Amino acid sequence: MKRYLIPLVIFIVLVGFLAVGLQLNPREVPSPLIDKPAPPFSLPQLADPQRQLSQKDLLGQVWVLNVWASWCVSCREEHPLLVDFSRSKLVPLYGLNYKDKRNEALAWLKQFGDPYSQSIMDADGRIGIDYGVYGVPETYVIDKQGVIRYKRIGPVTREILDAKILPLVRKLQG
Amino acid sequence: MKRALVLLCAALLAAFSLPPSAKEAVPVAADPQLEQRAMRLAEELRCLVCQNQSLADSHAELAVDLKQQIREQVKAGRSDTQVVDYMVERYGDFVLYRPPFKASTAVLWVGPFLLLLAAIIGLYVTLARRRSKAEEQALSAEEVARAEALLEGKAEAPK
Repeated sequence: MKRYLIPLVIFIVLVGFLAVGLQLNPREVPSPLIDKPAPPFSLPQLADPQRQLSQKDLLGQVWVLNVWASWCVSCREEHPLLVDFSRSKLVPLYGLNYKDKRNEALAWLKQFGDPYSQSIMDADGRIGIDYGVYGVPETYVIDKQGVIRYKRIGPVTREILDAKILPLVRKLQG
Repeated sequence: MKRALVLLCAALLAAFSLPPSAKEAVPVAADPQLEQRAMRLAEELRCLVCQNQSLADSHAELAVDLKQQIREQVKAGRSDTQVVDYMVERYGDFVLYRPPFKASTAVLWVGPFLLLLAAIIGLYVTLARRRSKAEEQALSAEEVARAEALLEGKAEAPK
Protein backbone atom coordinates (compact mmCIF):
# COMPACT_ATOMS: atom_id res chain seq x y z
CA MET A 1 0.00 0.00 0.00
CA LYS A 2 2.72 2.42 1.04
CA ARG A 3 4.67 1.86 -2.14
CA TYR A 4 1.72 3.17 -4.16
CA LEU A 5 1.28 6.13 -1.87
CA ILE A 6 4.50 7.92 -2.85
CA PRO A 7 3.89 7.94 -6.63
CA LEU A 8 0.32 8.99 -5.95
CA VAL A 9 1.46 11.96 -3.86
CA ILE A 10 4.00 12.98 -6.53
CA PHE A 11 1.29 12.69 -9.15
CA ILE A 12 -1.09 14.89 -7.18
CA VAL A 13 1.61 17.50 -6.67
CA LEU A 14 2.34 17.51 -10.41
CA VAL A 15 -1.35 17.86 -11.22
CA GLY A 16 -1.50 20.75 -8.76
CA PHE A 17 1.37 22.56 -10.48
CA LEU A 18 -0.19 21.93 -13.87
CA ALA A 19 -3.60 23.17 -12.75
CA VAL A 20 -2.12 26.41 -11.42
CA GLY A 21 0.10 26.81 -14.48
CA LEU A 22 -2.79 26.40 -16.88
CA GLN A 23 -4.77 29.12 -15.16
CA LEU A 24 -2.01 31.69 -15.55
CA ASN A 25 -2.10 33.91 -18.57
CA PRO A 26 1.29 33.68 -20.31
CA ARG A 27 0.54 36.92 -22.16
CA GLU A 28 0.52 38.89 -18.95
CA VAL A 29 4.16 39.56 -18.48
CA PRO A 30 4.82 41.74 -15.43
CA SER A 31 6.03 45.07 -16.72
CA PRO A 32 9.33 46.38 -15.36
CA LEU A 33 7.93 49.89 -15.88
CA ILE A 34 5.61 49.78 -12.88
CA ASP A 35 6.71 52.40 -10.33
CA LYS A 36 9.11 53.89 -12.87
CA PRO A 37 8.75 57.34 -14.44
CA ALA A 38 6.70 57.28 -17.63
CA PRO A 39 9.15 57.31 -20.56
CA PRO A 40 9.40 60.76 -22.11
CA PHE A 41 7.67 61.55 -25.38
CA SER A 42 6.78 64.54 -27.47
CA LEU A 43 4.46 63.51 -30.25
CA PRO A 44 2.16 65.25 -32.73
CA GLN A 45 -1.48 65.36 -31.73
CA LEU A 46 -3.86 63.34 -33.83
CA ALA A 47 -6.38 66.14 -34.15
CA ASP A 48 -3.76 68.74 -35.05
CA PRO A 49 -0.36 67.31 -36.02
CA GLN A 50 1.18 70.78 -35.92
CA ARG A 51 0.90 70.69 -32.15
CA GLN A 52 2.84 68.38 -29.90
CA LEU A 53 1.99 66.79 -26.61
CA SER A 54 4.63 65.73 -24.12
CA GLN A 55 4.32 63.71 -20.93
CA LYS A 56 5.63 66.83 -19.15
CA ASP A 57 2.42 68.66 -20.08
CA LEU A 58 0.49 66.14 -18.01
CA LEU A 59 2.49 66.36 -14.78
CA GLY A 60 0.51 67.28 -11.69
CA GLN A 61 -2.54 65.21 -12.51
CA VAL A 62 -3.43 61.55 -12.53
CA TRP A 63 -4.03 60.39 -16.10
CA VAL A 64 -4.69 57.23 -18.02
CA LEU A 65 -2.86 56.34 -21.20
CA ASN A 66 -4.56 53.95 -23.60
CA VAL A 67 -2.62 52.53 -26.53
CA TRP A 68 -4.91 51.96 -29.48
CA ALA A 69 -4.96 51.57 -33.24
CA SER A 70 -7.63 51.43 -35.91
CA TRP A 71 -6.26 48.08 -37.09
CA CYS A 72 -6.54 46.57 -33.62
CA VAL A 73 -9.54 44.30 -33.23
CA SER A 74 -9.53 44.07 -29.43
CA CYS A 75 -9.53 47.86 -29.26
CA ARG A 76 -13.03 47.80 -30.71
CA GLU A 77 -14.00 45.41 -27.97
CA GLU A 78 -12.95 47.74 -25.15
CA HIS A 79 -13.88 50.97 -26.91
CA PRO A 80 -17.52 51.31 -25.77
CA LEU A 81 -16.31 50.92 -22.20
CA LEU A 82 -13.73 53.68 -22.67
CA VAL A 83 -16.34 55.97 -24.21
CA ASP A 84 -18.59 55.31 -21.27
CA PHE A 85 -15.72 55.77 -18.83
CA SER A 86 -14.67 59.09 -20.34
CA ARG A 87 -18.17 60.49 -19.85
CA SER A 88 -17.75 60.09 -16.10
CA LYS A 89 -14.86 62.60 -16.35
CA LEU A 90 -13.15 61.00 -13.37
CA VAL A 91 -9.72 61.08 -14.90
CA PRO A 92 -8.35 62.36 -18.23
CA LEU A 93 -7.83 59.62 -20.77
CA TYR A 94 -5.09 60.09 -23.33
CA GLY A 95 -4.73 57.93 -26.41
CA LEU A 96 -1.48 56.74 -27.93
CA ASN A 97 -2.38 55.99 -31.52
CA TYR A 98 0.12 53.22 -32.19
CA LYS A 99 1.52 52.52 -35.66
CA ASP A 100 -1.55 53.82 -37.41
CA LYS A 101 -2.42 56.03 -40.36
CA ARG A 102 -3.85 59.40 -39.42
CA ASN A 103 -6.88 59.33 -41.72
CA GLU A 104 -7.77 55.80 -40.65
CA ALA A 105 -7.42 56.69 -36.99
CA LEU A 106 -9.63 59.76 -37.39
CA ALA A 107 -12.26 57.79 -39.30
CA TRP A 108 -12.21 55.13 -36.58
CA LEU A 109 -12.80 57.68 -33.83
CA LYS A 110 -15.61 59.22 -35.85
CA GLN A 111 -17.26 55.86 -36.26
CA PHE A 112 -16.88 54.53 -32.72
CA GLY A 113 -16.70 57.74 -30.69
CA ASP A 114 -13.72 59.58 -29.23
CA PRO A 115 -13.19 59.05 -25.49
CA TYR A 116 -9.76 60.69 -25.47
CA SER A 117 -8.94 64.13 -24.12
CA GLN A 118 -6.22 64.00 -26.72
CA SER A 119 -4.65 61.35 -28.93
CA ILE A 120 -1.05 61.48 -30.00
CA MET A 121 0.45 59.72 -32.98
CA ASP A 122 3.23 57.19 -32.56
CA ALA A 123 3.45 56.37 -36.24
CA ASP A 124 6.70 54.40 -36.15
CA GLY A 125 5.98 52.73 -32.81
CA ARG A 126 9.13 54.10 -31.19
CA ILE A 127 7.37 55.43 -28.11
CA GLY A 128 5.40 52.18 -27.95
CA ILE A 129 8.69 50.33 -27.55
CA ASP A 130 9.72 52.70 -24.74
CA TYR A 131 6.46 51.87 -22.99
CA GLY A 132 7.03 48.16 -23.52
CA VAL A 133 3.93 47.83 -25.69
CA TYR A 134 3.59 44.41 -27.27
CA GLY A 135 -0.11 43.75 -27.48
CA VAL A 136 -2.45 46.59 -28.35
CA PRO A 137 -4.60 47.66 -26.54
CA GLU A 138 -2.61 48.48 -23.42
CA THR A 139 -3.61 50.82 -20.64
CA TYR A 140 -1.45 52.67 -18.11
CA VAL A 141 -2.32 54.63 -15.01
CA ILE A 142 0.16 57.44 -14.41
CA ASP A 143 0.25 59.45 -11.19
CA LYS A 144 0.76 63.15 -10.48
CA GLN A 145 4.54 62.77 -10.38
CA GLY A 146 4.51 61.11 -13.79
CA VAL A 147 5.16 57.61 -12.46
CA ILE A 148 3.50 54.56 -14.02
CA ARG A 149 1.44 52.85 -11.33
CA TYR A 150 -0.50 50.26 -13.27
CA LYS A 151 -0.41 48.58 -16.63
CA ARG A 152 -3.04 46.47 -18.30
CA ILE A 153 -2.16 44.38 -21.34
CA GLY A 154 -5.13 43.58 -23.52
CA PRO A 155 -8.61 45.06 -23.48
CA VAL A 156 -9.88 46.70 -20.31
CA THR A 157 -13.01 45.01 -19.01
CA ARG A 158 -15.70 46.36 -16.75
CA GLU A 159 -14.37 44.18 -13.90
CA ILE A 160 -10.82 45.48 -14.26
CA LEU A 161 -12.02 49.04 -14.50
CA ASP A 162 -14.11 48.75 -11.35
CA ALA A 163 -11.78 46.55 -9.32
CA LYS A 164 -8.35 47.88 -10.28
CA ILE A 165 -8.26 51.08 -12.28
CA LEU A 166 -10.92 53.20 -10.58
CA PRO A 167 -9.86 52.46 -6.99
CA LEU A 168 -6.24 53.17 -7.92
CA VAL A 169 -7.14 56.44 -9.65
CA ARG A 170 -9.15 57.57 -6.62
CA LYS A 171 -6.30 56.67 -4.30
CA LEU A 172 -3.77 58.52 -6.43
CA GLN A 173 -5.99 61.56 -6.74
CA GLY A 174 -6.06 61.46 -2.95
CA MET B 1 -10.10 8.16 -49.61
CA LYS B 2 -7.08 7.26 -47.52
CA ARG B 3 -4.82 8.30 -50.34
CA ALA B 4 -6.51 11.66 -50.64
CA LEU B 5 -5.99 12.21 -46.93
CA VAL B 6 -2.32 11.35 -47.18
CA LEU B 7 -1.96 13.74 -50.09
CA LEU B 8 -3.75 16.46 -48.19
CA CYS B 9 -1.49 16.00 -45.19
CA ALA B 10 1.57 16.11 -47.40
CA ALA B 11 0.35 19.29 -49.05
CA LEU B 12 -0.33 20.91 -45.67
CA LEU B 13 3.09 19.89 -44.40
CA ALA B 14 4.72 21.34 -47.48
CA ALA B 15 2.77 24.56 -47.10
CA PHE B 16 3.79 25.07 -43.48
CA SER B 17 7.41 24.08 -43.85
CA LEU B 18 8.30 26.67 -46.46
CA PRO B 19 11.38 28.60 -45.45
CA PRO B 20 10.18 31.61 -43.46
CA SER B 21 12.75 33.92 -45.02
CA ALA B 22 10.37 35.21 -47.65
CA LYS B 23 9.67 38.58 -45.96
CA GLU B 24 12.84 39.39 -44.08
CA ALA B 25 13.32 43.06 -43.25
CA VAL B 26 16.03 44.74 -45.23
CA PRO B 27 19.12 44.88 -43.06
CA VAL B 28 20.14 48.44 -42.25
CA ALA B 29 23.56 47.50 -41.12
CA ALA B 30 25.24 47.13 -44.48
CA ASP B 31 28.28 45.87 -42.63
CA PRO B 32 27.79 42.08 -42.46
CA GLN B 33 29.76 41.92 -39.24
CA LEU B 34 27.40 44.35 -37.49
CA GLU B 35 24.41 42.53 -38.94
CA GLN B 36 25.77 39.26 -37.61
CA ARG B 37 26.18 40.77 -34.14
CA ALA B 38 22.66 42.20 -34.27
CA MET B 39 21.24 38.83 -35.26
CA ARG B 40 23.20 37.04 -32.56
CA LEU B 41 21.63 39.42 -30.03
CA ALA B 42 18.19 38.93 -31.55
CA GLU B 43 18.53 35.18 -31.08
CA GLU B 44 18.99 35.69 -27.35
CA LEU B 45 15.81 37.75 -27.03
CA ARG B 46 12.26 36.53 -26.94
CA CYS B 47 9.56 37.92 -29.17
CA LEU B 48 6.73 38.96 -26.87
CA VAL B 49 4.03 38.65 -29.48
CA CYS B 50 4.76 35.06 -30.42
CA GLN B 51 6.29 34.02 -27.16
CA ASN B 52 8.03 30.85 -28.22
CA GLN B 53 10.10 32.46 -30.93
CA SER B 54 13.21 34.54 -30.68
CA LEU B 55 13.28 38.03 -32.14
CA ALA B 56 15.54 36.71 -34.87
CA ASP B 57 13.03 34.04 -35.90
CA SER B 58 9.89 36.09 -35.56
CA HIS B 59 8.23 38.09 -38.29
CA ALA B 60 5.70 39.80 -36.06
CA GLU B 61 5.68 43.52 -36.67
CA LEU B 62 6.98 44.28 -33.20
CA ALA B 63 9.85 41.84 -33.68
CA VAL B 64 10.79 43.51 -36.95
CA ASP B 65 10.77 46.91 -35.18
CA LEU B 66 12.84 45.61 -32.31
CA LYS B 67 15.36 44.01 -34.67
CA GLN B 68 15.63 47.38 -36.34
CA GLN B 69 16.27 48.94 -32.92
CA ILE B 70 19.02 46.41 -32.25
CA ARG B 71 20.64 47.11 -35.62
CA GLU B 72 20.58 50.85 -35.05
CA GLN B 73 22.02 50.52 -31.57
CA VAL B 74 24.73 48.11 -32.67
CA LYS B 75 25.57 50.50 -35.49
CA ALA B 76 25.73 53.38 -33.02
CA GLY B 77 28.42 51.44 -31.20
CA ARG B 78 26.50 50.35 -28.13
CA SER B 79 27.74 47.22 -26.39
CA ASP B 80 25.84 43.92 -26.25
CA THR B 81 25.02 44.49 -22.59
CA GLN B 82 23.67 47.95 -23.32
CA VAL B 83 21.37 46.60 -26.03
CA VAL B 84 20.14 43.77 -23.81
CA ASP B 85 19.60 46.20 -20.91
CA TYR B 86 17.56 48.42 -23.23
CA MET B 87 15.21 45.49 -23.90
CA VAL B 88 15.04 44.39 -20.26
CA GLU B 89 14.19 47.93 -19.13
CA ARG B 90 11.15 47.86 -21.38
CA TYR B 91 9.99 44.28 -21.41
CA GLY B 92 11.50 42.77 -18.27
CA ASP B 93 13.61 39.65 -17.75
CA PHE B 94 11.03 37.75 -19.72
CA VAL B 95 12.64 38.85 -22.99
CA LEU B 96 15.81 37.01 -22.07
CA TYR B 97 16.11 33.40 -23.06
CA ARG B 98 18.81 33.20 -20.43
CA PRO B 99 17.31 34.92 -17.39
CA PRO B 100 19.80 36.27 -14.84
CA PHE B 101 20.36 34.42 -11.57
CA LYS B 102 18.32 36.29 -8.95
CA ALA B 103 16.28 35.41 -5.88
CA SER B 104 13.17 35.19 -8.05
CA THR B 105 14.82 32.92 -10.61
CA ALA B 106 16.83 30.75 -8.22
CA VAL B 107 14.31 27.89 -8.35
CA LEU B 108 14.43 28.00 -12.13
CA TRP B 109 18.20 27.67 -12.23
CA VAL B 110 18.83 25.38 -9.26
CA GLY B 111 15.58 23.37 -9.26
CA PRO B 112 16.54 20.80 -11.92
CA PHE B 113 19.85 20.06 -10.20
CA LEU B 114 18.11 19.67 -6.85
CA LEU B 115 15.65 17.22 -8.43
CA LEU B 116 18.53 15.30 -9.99
CA LEU B 117 20.30 15.16 -6.63
CA ALA B 118 17.11 13.95 -4.93
CA ALA B 119 16.70 11.27 -7.58
CA ILE B 120 20.31 10.07 -7.14
CA ILE B 121 19.89 9.90 -3.36
CA GLY B 122 16.60 8.04 -3.80
CA LEU B 123 18.22 5.57 -6.15
CA TYR B 124 21.16 5.02 -3.79
CA VAL B 125 18.89 4.43 -0.79
CA THR B 126 16.71 1.99 -2.70
CA LEU B 127 19.70 0.04 -3.98
CA ALA B 128 21.32 -0.09 -0.54
CA ARG B 129 18.10 -1.32 0.99
CA ARG B 130 17.76 -3.99 -1.66
CA ARG B 131 21.34 -5.16 -1.11
CA SER B 132 20.94 -5.49 2.66
CA LYS B 133 17.73 -7.44 2.11
CA ALA B 134 19.60 -9.83 -0.20
CA GLU B 135 22.29 -10.31 2.47
CA GLU B 136 19.70 -11.08 5.10
CA GLN B 137 18.38 -13.84 2.94
CA ALA B 138 21.84 -15.43 2.49
CA LEU B 139 21.89 -19.22 3.00
CA SER B 140 23.27 -20.84 6.10
CA ALA B 141 25.97 -23.54 5.85
CA GLU B 142 23.42 -26.27 6.44
CA GLU B 143 21.17 -24.95 3.64
CA VAL B 144 24.13 -24.77 1.26
CA ALA B 145 25.01 -28.39 1.96
CA ARG B 146 21.41 -29.42 1.35
CA ALA B 147 21.23 -27.48 -1.87
CA GLU B 148 24.41 -29.12 -3.09
CA ALA B 149 23.04 -32.52 -2.22
CA LEU B 150 19.91 -31.77 -4.18
CA LEU B 151 21.89 -30.57 -7.17
CA GLU B 152 23.98 -33.72 -7.17
CA GLY B 153 20.77 -35.68 -7.37
CA LYS B 154 21.04 -37.48 -4.03
CA ALA B 155 17.64 -38.33 -2.75
CA GLU B 156 16.69 -36.85 0.52
CA ALA B 157 13.82 -37.56 2.70
CA PRO B 158 11.51 -34.57 3.00
CA LYS B 159 11.68 -32.97 6.39
